[in-house]
Amino acid sequence: MSAQDWIATLLVSAGGVFCVIGAVGLIRMPTFFTRMHAASVIETLGAGLVIAGLMVKAGLSLESGKLAILGLLIFFASPAATHALAKAAWERRREVGRDVGIPPGEDS
Amino acid sequence: MRYAVAALAFFAFWVVMSGYFTPFLLWAGVGCSIAVALFARRLRVVDPETHPSSSFPLMLRYWPWLAWEIVKSAWDVTRLIVSPRLPISPTMIRVRPTQQSDVGRVIYANSITLTPGTITVLAEDGEFLVHAITQAGAEGVTSGDMDRRVTAFERP
Amino acid sequence: MMYLPIIAALLATLALALARAFAGPTVFDRVLAVNTVGTGAMLLLAVLQFLTDRPGYTDLAIVYGLLNLVGTIAILKFLRVGDLGHGGDDGKEARR
Repeated sequence: MSAQDWIATLLVSAGGVFCVIGAVGLIRMPTFFTRMHAASVIETLGAGLVIAGLMVKAGLSLESGKLAILGLLIFFASPAATHALAKAAWERRREVGRDVGIPPGEDS
Repeated sequence: MRYAVAALAFFAFWVVMSGYFTPFLLWAGVGCSIAVALFARRLRVVDPETHPSSSFPLMLRYWPWLAWEIVKSAWDVTRLIVSPRLPISPTMIRVRPTQQSDVGRVIYANSITLTPGTITVLAEDGEFLVHAITQAGAEGVTSGDMDRRVTAFERP
Repeated sequence: MMYLPIIAALLATLALALARAFAGPTVFDRVLAVNTVGTGAMLLLAVLQFLTDRPGYTDLAIVYGLLNLVGTIAILKFLRVGDLGHGGDDGKEARR
């Protein structure tokens, strides 16, 4: 394996580790809003490292251009989706009239 | 001028997506790019907001800083997740953004959301409602470092 | 380059996110989980491109990402304005 391959493997593996940890957080976290934070670890650091590693593997080619577009898409789309989700959940909770997120024991 | 930049961007996207360099396909790409730029002009969807090509140098300065912030806070959230006692302290706070334009506020709100550990729940004109997973994260937002940087980004 | 660990990691991510999607408890948890599944699937497609050496998987990943965003927004919009129907155990809360 060349140095390029080693760097790529390292980055991609680190990204995979962060993805799994984020998913574990998705299961472990007690409330909806705290789960969103766990999911955002997957969408930023996990996805970013995996894509960076694949770009190192691809080198300077069209393939890494496509991966860059994919990365930019995640970079711009994920906060939009996250914010829309957070706002929708917040509005719904306000209509229902129940407090959100503060008591970690509450099953919501 | 804006439409020329847009058409160039469309063409670059075409080339990256297609990966073929035969003359016919390249000319087809040129035609499509110009057509889409003309459609965009007819629809009036290219305004300074959707097309901030003037602030590219500033972006190049802001994005690395943002990337490092994302890495730091993602590491914090990761430590929270793997620690057995789950030491979270969810907090809702309100912050006042100092940006003047809509674009500036959108960049700030998106930056907050993109950083793991803080999420912009409501983005109204003069006030953001931010949910942070720990008290420390909430204090990081209220300290206003990111806010200052986005404002500087907005107005060079 | 070793692809097996990353594929296993991404599949584990997908499985955990699916578990959250089934567990709920609110409809927003499910939307969040489905969104995460979408991100994981994008990454898996991008890795598959290099595993199989066949072009086109990254394009699929980009299309998947676009559909993921549009789908999330569409579900949220539907929840906000549409008839909500029955969202499992959160049906009482979800009905307006």
